[in-house]
Amino acid sequence: MSNDHIVKSFDEDLNHIESLVMEMGGLVEVQISNAASALSQRNVELSENVISNDKKIDALEREVDSAVVRILALRHPKAQDLRAVVVAPKIASNLERIGDYSKNIAKRSIVLARTQKIGSADETIKRMSGLVQDMIKDVLDAYIKRDAITADNVRLRDEAVDQMHNTLFRELLTYMMEDPRAISSCMHLLFTAKNIERMGDHTTSIAEQVYYMVNGENLDDDRPKSDKTSSTMIEPTSTN
Amino acid sequence: MDTSTQLNTELNQQHLRPQIDKQLEGVGDAALKAKIEASEVNVFYGENQALYDVNLKIGERSVTALIGPSGCGKSTFIRTLNRMNDIIEGCRVTGRITLDGQNIYDPGVDPVQLRARVGMVFQKPNPFPKSIFDNIAYGPKIHGLASSKSELEEIVVTSLRKAGIFDEVKDRLSEPGTGLSGGQQQRLCIARAIAVSPDVILMDEPCSALDPIATARIEELMDELKENYTIVIVTHSMQQAARVSQRTAFFHLGKLVEEGETETIFTTPKDERTESYITGRIG
Repeated sequence: MSNDHIVKSFDEDLNHIESLVMEMGGLVEVQISNAASALSQRNVELSENVISNDKKIDALEREVDSAVVRILALRHPKAQDLRAVVVAPKIASNLERIGDYSKNIAKRSIVLARTQKIGSADETIKRMSGLVQDMIKDVLDAYIKRDAITADNVRLRDEAVDQMHNTLFRELLTYMMEDPRAISSCMHLLFTAKNIERMGDHTTSIAEQVYYMVNGENLDDDRPKSDKTSSTMIEPTSTN
Repeated sequence: MDTSTQLNTELNQQHLRPQIDKQLEGVGDAALKAKIEASEVNVFYGENQALYDVNLKIGERSVTALIGPSGCGKSTFIRTLNRMNDIIEGCRVTGRITLDGQNIYDPGVDPVQLRARVGMVFQKPNPFPKSIFDNIAYGPKIHGLASSKSELEEIVVTSLRKAGIFDEVKDRLSEPGTGLSGGQQQRLCIARAIAVSPDVILMDEPCSALDPIATARIEELMDELKENYTIVIVTHSMQQAARVSQRTAFFHLGKLVEEGETETIFTTPKDERTESYITGRIG
C-alpha cells in the first residue's frame, strides 16, 4: 500500500506528531544517561541540568496532546492512521513519566553527592539505567519503523531490569542492617533503583502501544514479571 | 416453521451453507437473522460487467452501509435489491438474491409488490408535485392498504410521525411537498417509503444534497427506524457510514472486497484496499 495520502497535509500532520514523539524520546534518553552519570560521578551540576531539562519534555508532551486533538478534529483519521494518532499521547505520557523519574534521580543525586558510596550500588544503578536506555532506544526505533517484532522483544527485556532491581534491593537492605548510618543513603539509592525499574515498566507499555499501532490488536498480558521487591523480607538474624 | 428455520432449510438445499458459514465466522447471533442474502450476484450493463460474484448477507433490523469509490458498483448493488435495474435497458442480473428466503428474481415475483416491501429513498429528494398528504397517501392507495378515508389519514399521520416530520408539516398537509426544505423533502420521501409498510428501506446517498443539520436529522431517524426496518445505505461519507451503520461493506471495481462490523472495518480492516480507501491513501 502506498504510504502517501491523497491530501498531502494529512501526511504532514501525522509526521509532525511522530517527530514530536521522537524528539521527546531523544531527550528522555539523554536525561536517563545524564541522571545515571551524575549519580555515579557525584556531579551536582549535571544533576541540576537534568532537573531543568525536564521542562522541555513536559512541554513536548503538551504539544503532542494538542497536535492529536487537532488531527482528530480536522482529519478524522481511520484504521492505521487512527491507531497511530491514539497511541501518540499514550507513548508521550509514558515518556513524560520516564523523564520525571530521571529528574527524581537527579534530585537524589544532589543529596547523595555529599555522602560516601555504598558498595557497588552506583555501578549496578548505572548498568540498570543502561539497560533501560537501550530498551527506550529500540522501542523508539520500533515505533518509527512500525516494527512489532522489535517492540515485543523490548517488552521481554524488562525482566532483566527487574532482576537487577531485586538484587540491589536485597543488597541495600543488608547494608542498612549492618550500619544504620547508611540508611539515609541507602534509601535514596533504593528509590533511585525503583525509579529505573518503573522506567522499564513504562518502556514496556510503549512497546505494547507500538504493537497495537502496527497490528491493531493488544499483546497478551503474560510477559514475565520479575519484580519481587514488594514481597521481599530479610530477617535481621539471617545476616549475623 | 419460522423464517430462519425456513431460510436454513432452503440454504442447505441450495448447497450454500459452507459459503454462508464462512462469511459468518466471528459474527454474533444477531447477524444470523439475515433479511436479505445475495449469492454470486453478477450484473452486466450490455457488454460491461458492473458487479462480480457478490455474496452478502444483510442483517434484519440493522443498518448496513455500502461504501466504495465512484463506479465501484455499490449503487448498482443496492438497486438489485428491489429490482430497480429491471427498468434499465441492457441490464442483466445473474445469481440469487433472497428476501426472507424467497428469490426476488423468481419469475413469479411481481416487482411492484417487491418494491412495496423494499422501499427506496434517493440522493435528491423527489416528492411528487402534489400535496404533502397525497405524497404519503399515494402508495397506500394504489396498494389498497386503506379501506376508508380515516384509515388512510391514520397511515399518513403515522408515516409522517415515524419519519420525524409530522410536527413540522401538520398544519399544512394540503400544501405542495415541493415547497418544503431539502431536508424536510427527504424526510417526506422517507415517510412515503414507510407508508406502504415495507420491511426494507434502501437509501442511495440520502444525505448528499443536505446540510449538516438536516443530515443529522436523517441519521437520527435511521437510528430509530432500524428498530423496525432493515436499512441499507449507500454513502460517500465514511463518517456517515461509521456513525449510522452496524455493518459495512466495501466495494471496489465491482467486487465486494470486505464486509464486517462497522467498528472493525474502520479500525482494523483486513484488506489493504479497504485500508487505503478509508484512510484516504492513493490506492
